[in-house]
Amino acid sequence: MPRDSWPVDSRLADRQREQRLVATRAIIAGVLVFAALAVVAARLARLQVHEHEHFSVLSRDNRVKVQPVPPARGLIYDAKGVVLADNHPSFSLEVTIEKVVDLDATIGALAAIIRVDDKDRERFARMKRQRVRFQGVPLRLNLTPEEVARFALDSYRFPGVEVHAELLRTYPHGALTAHVLGYVGRINTQEMERINTSDYAGTNFIGKGGVEKAHESLLHGHVGYQQVEVNARGRVLRTLEGKPPVPGRDLHLFLDIEVQRAATRALGDRRGAVVAVDPRTGGVLALVSQPSFDPNPFVEGIGQKDYHALLYSPDKPLYNRAVRGQYPPGSTVKPFVGLAGLVTEVTNARKATYCPGYYRLPGQSHRYRCWRRGGHGSVTLEPALVQSCDVYFYDLAHAIGIERLKPFLGGFGFGARTGIDVAGEMSGLVPSKEWKEQVRKQIWYPGETLIVGIGQGAFLATPLQLAVATASLASRGQFFQPRVARSAQLPGAPAAEDLPVVAHRIDVADPQRWDQIIHAMTQVVEGARGTAKGIRSQDYRIAGKTGTAQVFTLGQNQSYNAARIDERMRDHALFIAFAPVEDPRIAVAVIVENGGHGGSTAAPVARQVMDAYLGGSTPMSDPGPVDGD
Amino acid sequence: MATRPGSSSLQSLVDPRLGILRRLHLDTPLLGGLLLLCAFGLAVLFSAGDRDLAVVERQLLRLALAFGLMFVLAQVSPDHLRRWSLPLYVLGVLMLLAVLLFGDVGKGAQRWLDLGVVRFQPSELLKLAVPMAAAWVLAARPLPPGLPRVLAVALLILVPVVLIAEQPDLGTAILVAGAGITVLFIGGLGWRFILLTSGAAGALAPLLWHSMRDYQRQRVLTFLDPASDPLGSGYHIIQSQIAIGSGGLHGKGWLNGTQSHLEFLPERHTDFIFAVIGEEFGLFGILVLLALYLFIIYRGLVIAVNAPDTYGRLLAGGLSLVFFIYVFVNTGMVTGLLPVVGVPLPLISYGGTSMVTLMAGFGMLMAIQTHRK
Repeated sequence: MPRDSWPVDSRLADRQREQRLVATRAIIAGVLVFAALAVVAARLARLQVHEHEHFSVLSRDNRVKVQPVPPARGLIYDAKGVVLADNHPSFSLEVTIEKVVDLDATIGALAAIIRVDDKDRERFARMKRQRVRFQGVPLRLNLTPEEVARFALDSYRFPGVEVHAELLRTYPHGALTAHVLGYVGRINTQEMERINTSDYAGTNFIGKGGVEKAHESLLHGHVGYQQVEVNARGRVLRTLEGKPPVPGRDLHLFLDIEVQRAATRALGDRRGAVVAVDPRTGGVLALVSQPSFDPNPFVEGIGQKDYHALLYSPDKPLYNRAVRGQYPPGSTVKPFVGLAGLVTEVTNARKATYCPGYYRLPGQSHRYRCWRRGGHGSVTLEPALVQSCDVYFYDLAHAIGIERLKPFLGGFGFGARTGIDVAGEMSGLVPSKEWKEQVRKQIWYPGETLIVGIGQGAFLATPLQLAVATASLASRGQFFQPRVARSAQLPGAPAAEDLPVVAHRIDVADPQRWDQIIHAMTQVVEGARGTAKGIRSQDYRIAGKTGTAQVFTLGQNQSYNAARIDERMRDHALFIAFAPVEDPRIAVAVIVENGGHGGSTAAPVARQVMDAYLGGSTPMSDPGPVDGD
Repeated sequence: MATRPGSSSLQSLVDPRLGILRRLHLDTPLLGGLLLLCAFGLAVLFSAGDRDLAVVERQLLRLALAFGLMFVLAQVSPDHLRRWSLPLYVLGVLMLLAVLLFGDVGKGAQRWLDLGVVRFQPSELLKLAVPMAAAWVLAARPLPPGLPRVLAVALLILVPVVLIAEQPDLGTAILVAGAGITVLFIGGLGWRFILLTSGAAGALAPLLWHSMRDYQRQRVLTFLDPASDPLGSGYHIIQSQIAIGSGGLHGKGWLNGTQSHLEFLPERHTDFIFAVIGEEFGLFGILVLLALYLFIIYRGLVIAVNAPDTYGRLLAGGLSLVFFIYVFVNTGMVTGLLPVVGVPLPLISYGGTSMVTLMAGFGMLMAIQTHRK
């Protein structure tokens, strides 16, 4: 090999070696590239085949949100179609506390663009404590359109804060219907446990009392939903599918707002209650408890100060006297006791009892006094009722016996909840041997039966029970479970559906017995010696019975002197009545707390209610000093 | 240097034995692959850009510019390229220094140099200058390189990489380093050296951790556990995996990707466009895309092997493999195999600079293939 060719050969060999080296490296690199892309492909296969289902669900969850669509709450109309409970659209600013990082800073920043006053803050703080987790708490209510627009511009700065459009309940008649309708308020934690939460998804309000609570399921309706597609910022782009909500049913009441107004006006600023019932249906024409309150602030969440003012007022405006107030019925129970005497044939229309001004059980020295110290002399059932002779009814009750008297009174609804569609009703009490043994752990004394006979002592009845019993008497034994709502109508439905009626008949064997009692009650108003003759009307005839409920018990030899005792210790005035006597269309029970005598204070209230309903216009005569009970 | 007949551009242009494309110094398979890729990319961009034709138009304009540059560079003889290697590299490093000193700040990083007329990203130039310079150093003497030359090339790589990482632009730094390292690898870097340096790199990892910026550390942490910050830095990874996974085998169909169109997927028309492809075209569509990429890389490696001289071989190998690094880093990041690094999906992601650089590289590849001595 020539020396001079070596570098050429060597260069050639080098070049070939270099070429081989680069080729080898390129092939290795190609293999590595293929391997690396195979790893990517394997990763893709894992994501797109193996975990495809999982990611499909995540993708779907990403974009599809199910939103509840709350139903519109049913409206409430009176008997003539006047709206008593309405919905009006309102925008509120709601804060979902769980989604907000710095609450104080957020509220501070919000206050810069939207008016937030101390009352709002106070309500917010209160509602925050009672909130249901992950539900918005309203910071401001009734936003103006300008405020809504202003917030919308800046909403990205406030995660967890939203403008919430909702229908806010309003009660156009305010305090006039507060006790009978109740009101709706925000759902609290206790209520959350009771309700079907999925049906209330999106619903913020629930009936808190009265008809609103009793008919909650009808008024509320059923939630709908919509599946919406949202983008990453949560903005709704379109609705995919959904089920519309079933709106709450509109309620048509028996209640007549004009009768209700007349009853409220008649009571004036006195404490008391009026319940008027249609004896033909059991429909409640008016249900008034005074004083009352404006329910509208409760819907939005009433401020603590205002609430305490109502709660601690000595007049107890939040207390529904009509269905929760339990009073001794006093003499208003006498027609029923008299009827019990006839039905049990312990007495009859002609049988007389001598009243010397007191009654003594055989073999006892204790005197059970008649309200008239001098006594009524010899009285039969009718004068005993008209003049409200206690001795006659002591004797009668004793003869009937508590075992027979209690179930007979129970037939008229005494001693048990009537089942009215107003929430919170109390049951009253007709005492009995069993009751006394169980509750008071004492034996029953025969004298207690006498006290039951004149509606005093442990005997308690609500104004509602008195009205219902009176209506049953007026209809001659047709007992209806009282109800405020007549029918429910699905919005858009052609007709309203009547709500179920619960009724039973009170059997007195001989229909003449009704006539005897009703005749006597008619004499209470129409008779010359009647205790309620002051309310006599030219337009229709009224049957009634006055009564007095003792607030405190007199000693054996004390006498009652209204002028001498504190006003709140005075007797409650009671009156029950129905009219027209021949064809009763309205039965009324009135109680005026510490009103004194039933004939002079309670009876005129009943007359005004009847006038409003029956269309009477005769002026009432001055009842003057009324003698008797 | 003596040139044989037929090697000059002008002569090949009229050589009747060559096809028209070849006479224009274009490599048919490579050009075909690139055109297919870009067409597919435009279709995807139309979908990812929410059917905004303006986006597609702007991308088309950039593509035209990039293909024009490719065409121009394809006409340049590799000999000229070799002669420019070092000056270009020095110029690039000087501009990087200028950026650090006077550059514009965009997205919290200094990357741009305002030249009055155009804003220019010098780091892009280094993606070409570093492999060119490395190939120049290595080709100067017979391969494989000895230790002094390897160290020289390593220093040559390290200087611009450190400068780019300082901007900070981790994605570009990785690509520039990759471009140099692949040239070293193709040039026959000893296996022992490869093992030793990767071992040393592993040992130095904690040191690297210390030198990283907070947001870079956060990215690594998020990569290790995306669920730790689902609404923050883990959001990209989680949403892109949901997009890809929900695409399944066949995909949701073009324009029907819900993840992308409802804006759950961030940066869906730039760095995360691969997830849109996965969602709308499914595994099948993605495999077609990967096959296309593989073909282009394959063609580049074939050009490298067939190149007439060492410089051309090394440069062609480096340019092909840096294209692969683009593909791998981007797909790896979008599928959750790698941490999130700002590397676009080559020739498909919306954006100009990297596309122009890539096409310039392909122009060089074509020059290497078509300028025969």
